[in-house]
Order: sequence, then C-alpha cells, then structure tokens
Amino acid sequence: MRNLCKNLLVASLLLSLASCQKDAPQTPDAELKFSVPKNFPAPVYDFTKNEVTTAGFQLGRRLFYDAIFSRDSTIACADCHISFSAFSHVDHPTSHGIDGLFGKRNAPAIQNMAWRTTFFWDGGVPHLDLVPLNAIQNPVEMDELPANVVRKLNRHPEYPQLFKLAFPERDSITGASMLQALSQFMNMLVSADSRYDRFVRNEPGNSLSTDEIAGLNLFREKCSTCHAGELFTDQTFRNNGILNDFSLDKGRNEVSALAEDIGKFAVPSLRNVEKTPPYMHNGKFPTLQSVLDHYASGIKNSPTLDPLLQNGIALSDTEKKQIIAFLKTLTDENFIRDVRFQKH
Amino acid sequence: MKKNILGLFALIALATVFSNCSKDEEDLSGVGSLTIEFDNRAGDAALVFGNDYKNAAGETLKFSTFNYFVSNFVLIKSDGSEYTVPKDSCYFLCKHDDPDSREIVLNNIPAGDYEEIRFMIGVDSAKSVSDISQRTGVLDPASGASGMYWAWNSGYIFVKVEGTSPQAPLDPMLGENIFQYHTGLYGGLTSPTLNNIKTVTLHSHDEPAQIRRDKEAPTAHVFVDVLEMFTSPTNISVAVNPTSHAGPYSKTVADNYADMFKLDHVHNH
Repeated sequence: MRNLCKNLLVASLLLSLASCQKDAPQTPDAELKFSVPKNFPAPVYDFTKNEVTTAGFQLGRRLFYDAIFSRDSTIACADCHISFSAFSHVDHPTSHGIDGLFGKRNAPAIQNMAWRTTFFWDGGVPHLDLVPLNAIQNPVEMDELPANVVRKLNRHPEYPQLFKLAFPERDSITGASMLQALSQFMNMLVSADSRYDRFVRNEPGNSLSTDEIAGLNLFREKCSTCHAGELFTDQTFRNNGILNDFSLDKGRNEVSALAEDIGKFAVPSLRNVEKTPPYMHNGKFPTLQSVLDHYASGIKNSPTLDPLLQNGIALSDTEKKQIIAFLKTLTDENFIRDVRFQKH
Repeated sequence: MKKNILGLFALIALATVFSNCSKDEEDLSGVGSLTIEFDNRAGDAALVFGNDYKNAAGETLKFSTFNYFVSNFVLIKSDGSEYTVPKDSCYFLCKHDDPDSREIVLNNIPAGDYEEIRFMIGVDSAKSVSDISQRTGVLDPASGASGMYWAWNSGYIFVKVEGTSPQAPLDPMLGENIFQYHTGLYGGLTSPTLNNIKTVTLHSHDEPAQIRRDKEAPTAHVFVDVLEMFTSPTNISVAVNPTSHAGPYSKTVADNYADMFKLDHVHNH
C-alpha cells in the first residue's frame, strides 16, 4: 500500500514535470502574440495593419461571445461557432440564427484564418476584417446594421474603456476598431497541434499507427490536389458533385456572376474535420464515412463538375477506413480546449 | 490736400497698370478648386421622387432611390496633360435625396484651363479591398456606406435605383410592384468576378473650366439621366427584369448607365 502511494506520488510528480516541460499551462488572461507554426506557410493576413495585442485579443474575444451584434441581442458569433467543434456548428445541416430562422449554408469552422485568401462558401469576402459584417447584416443570422452595433458599443458601460485599452490612439469606437478587434481574436485561433502536426514536425513521443500512416499516404495520393498543404485546402472553388441542380444555391456564381462558377464552393480545410460534422456547404453528409462513400460512388454529373472527379475517386472499404483514421489525426484537442479561446 | 489727391491718382494709375498686367499674362501659378454639380434628370425633366416617367420600353416608373458612387477624378487640359485627384479625396457618394451630397468640390487643382473630366462610376478594386481602418466617411462599410455596401459579397454598390411601376410584378412581401437595381462587382481580388466599373469622360464643348488661384471655383454642371439606365444599348423592361443585384444581368444594367452622365455646361465665375 505504502509502495502504491509512493508510486502514485512519483507518477504525479513526473506528470507535473512533464506538463512543465511542455508549454506553460494556458490561462485566460495570459500575454500572447501571434506566431507561425513551424510546418505552416507565411500567413496571408497583413499584421502590420492590425497587430495582435493581448488587450485587442481579449476585446475581440469578449465581442465574439457577446449577443450585442444581433438586432434583439439573442445571437452571438459564438452561438454558431462553438469552440468544442473547432468554432463551427454541429447538429444542424445549416445553422439557425435570429428568430429561429435557418440559413442555407453550414457554418464553417473558424481556424487558421490568417492563412485564408477568401471567406465563406462562395468566397464573397476577401479579407478577414470584413467577415463579421456579413453575419451581422444577414437577415437570418444577426439581422442588425453594423452602424447600430457601433452605437450600442459606444453607449455600453464597459466597452469604451476596453476599446481604449486595445486602440489607445483612437478617440471613440469605430466600425474599423470593432472589426479589427474581432480579427485579432480570430487570428489567434490557430490549430496546429494535432497528432498529425507533431508527427510531421518530428516532435518526440508522437507517432501514427500503421492504419493512420496508410491513410496519410492514400490521402496524399488521392485527396491532396484539392485539400493541399498544411492547411488542407488549395483555397479554390470547385463543384464536387454533391448535387446536379444548383438552383437553390449557385455557390461561387452568386458572387462572381460567372457561368463557369455555378455549383462551385470553397474547398474547406480538413483540420479538426472529425469535430465539424455535418459536411459540405449544405450539411448533406452527417459522417466522414458518408463523405468518402460520396467520392467513391456518389458523384453527380453537371456542366461544372470538377474534371478531377469525373470518374469519382477509386477507394476500397479498407482504404476509406484508413483515410478516416488519418483524418482523425487532424483533431487538435489543445486547440479545442484552449481556455484562452473560451468565454470569460 | 492737393498732395493727397495726387497720391490717389498715382495709386489708381498704379492699380490700373497692375490689373492690365494680370490680364495679359494670367497668373497660372498655385492651385484652385472645381465644383461639380450632379443634377439628376429623368429624360428632359428634373428627377422628382414619386413623379411618373416613361422608360424606353414605354413603362411608367416612379423612383424612390437613386444613389451612385463617383470616384477617381482626373482633369484634362487641351494639351492632353492630366491632373489626378489624390486617392484620399476622390470618392463621393451622391444621393438623390441629399442635394448636398451631389455638389462635390475638388481642391488643390493646379491652375489652368481644363476641357475634360474623367471619373469612375463606382469604387475601384484596390479601394474595395483596402485596409478597413483607411476606409472612412462614405467608404466605411460599418456606417457611411450603409445601404451601398454588400457584406456578403464584399464590395460597394456602385449604382442603386429603386422604385415602383404598375408594369413591375407584385412583390408579395411588400405588397407593391417594385423594381430594384443594385449594381456593383469590381472584378474580384483573389478570384475573378464580373467587373462593372465604368469610366466616363465628359468633354466641355463651349468653354473650359478655368481654374485659378484666389478665384471662385468654376462649376461643372453635370446632368445624370436615370432613364438612360433603361436604354442604350439594351432596353430594360421592369416587367421582364424587375430586379438585378450581383447576377450576370448587372452587366446589362452597367453598360446602360455608363452613358447617363452628360456635361451640360461649365460656369466660370
């Protein structure tokens, strides 16, 4: 018994040492700054225009969790972008907003935003700072005018002081400050600590199973043209054959007005894909298995179908299982549980 | 007393000599201003919201909104030399129901005689995607550009025309027969889109705008005919195409309104 106690003590000591050796435990109010993970390319976001500061990040976080953005103060950004699902919305094929109304698209994950060239399924927004304007004004999301939000913030008992801390050189709260604070928060939502990341960075004590490695190799061979690089997307727009009638939602065509864009949607990142069901712009597929079944044998033909998918992707049942095993190594528990990104 | 009168004469003589001098060789140093008045029309008549007008398709239209962005002004002399208004002061949002917004002033123009004005209908692509903190006033998507900005398809609405017509279909939500043309699209930043930016050049056929230092700004009087949006090159029928937003038909609308600006005259004060 005494030995067991002693062993437990030693074990817990070792554990605490191990956690010390790793990154210091995160606290909600820790000082922070943006940094580029070793295996990532250079970010797209121009940080010289809006550097992440601790005060700016904390202000952005507070805004992200505040329903002040919606017409009737019922919907916050975080209501459809929930941390435990990598800031996406699970359970519903498309997300519901104000007055219980449903949108026509599946709320995407918010992660690694600093590397994105466009935003939303149709790429209608080319800059992170402009992203919140869309959700604020959408009649089925928050249905509010940004100018009204700015007025509400200026009259708020606490926000004027928080904005002063984040942007000391600015006299009152402006739309630009509001958007830049939200960008600072979103830019910090970097997911780069999955088992896959530790494997490719050759960090000690992390390996992938035989199935996972087989899945990785299959993925590189069959999926990585579109789901390319460490961000797992080439950031293009493609028709992946999930529908052959796009009259309900024409995708990229709705913002480009170009006929060749009908039925094309942004290629999503696959980071944390295990945590972000349902899949596709319309939330058509509830599971990763159903997604792979689609690519193997469910492709629907239409004039803009991606040439790479004309014959589907040949996948055996074993290969599908291995690819799914690999996709689950992209889950980043440290990101999902990071207390700095939660409501405080 | 006599001495004083003589002095006065001398002064007058001197003043005359000086004023003659300035007439012979005009002082073209320094900078001046130009006022541009946008006078909204519906064919031959002044545009009045709520009045009935007929488009080229013979339909009866009542207007309730007529807003447009004009930007990137360039003034051109008879020798072809150009003055480009700097980016920080070249964007204007003109609204029919806000007459002050339709009288714009361009400042710091080098003195000279200008025969042509060139500008854009809309907002150029660089500005459409520029840093949010640099977009103030009418370009601020969160306030000044309200109603003239697409949040879902980041970019400004260049021209917005709305109204009612008995020939337009009934909108079941509003219970009115409405037409609605919101035209934008600057060509896209990372992926291409339709580009509906139009550049207009207006030529002064009678006299050039004489811009001088220390002289009242000349006024260029520009007619903006909303009915031109409904014709040439394509007749637009509010019965057939009652609405247009960011879709392919916006190209037809923009091609039509490209010629709605006409320089009526220049008034040198």
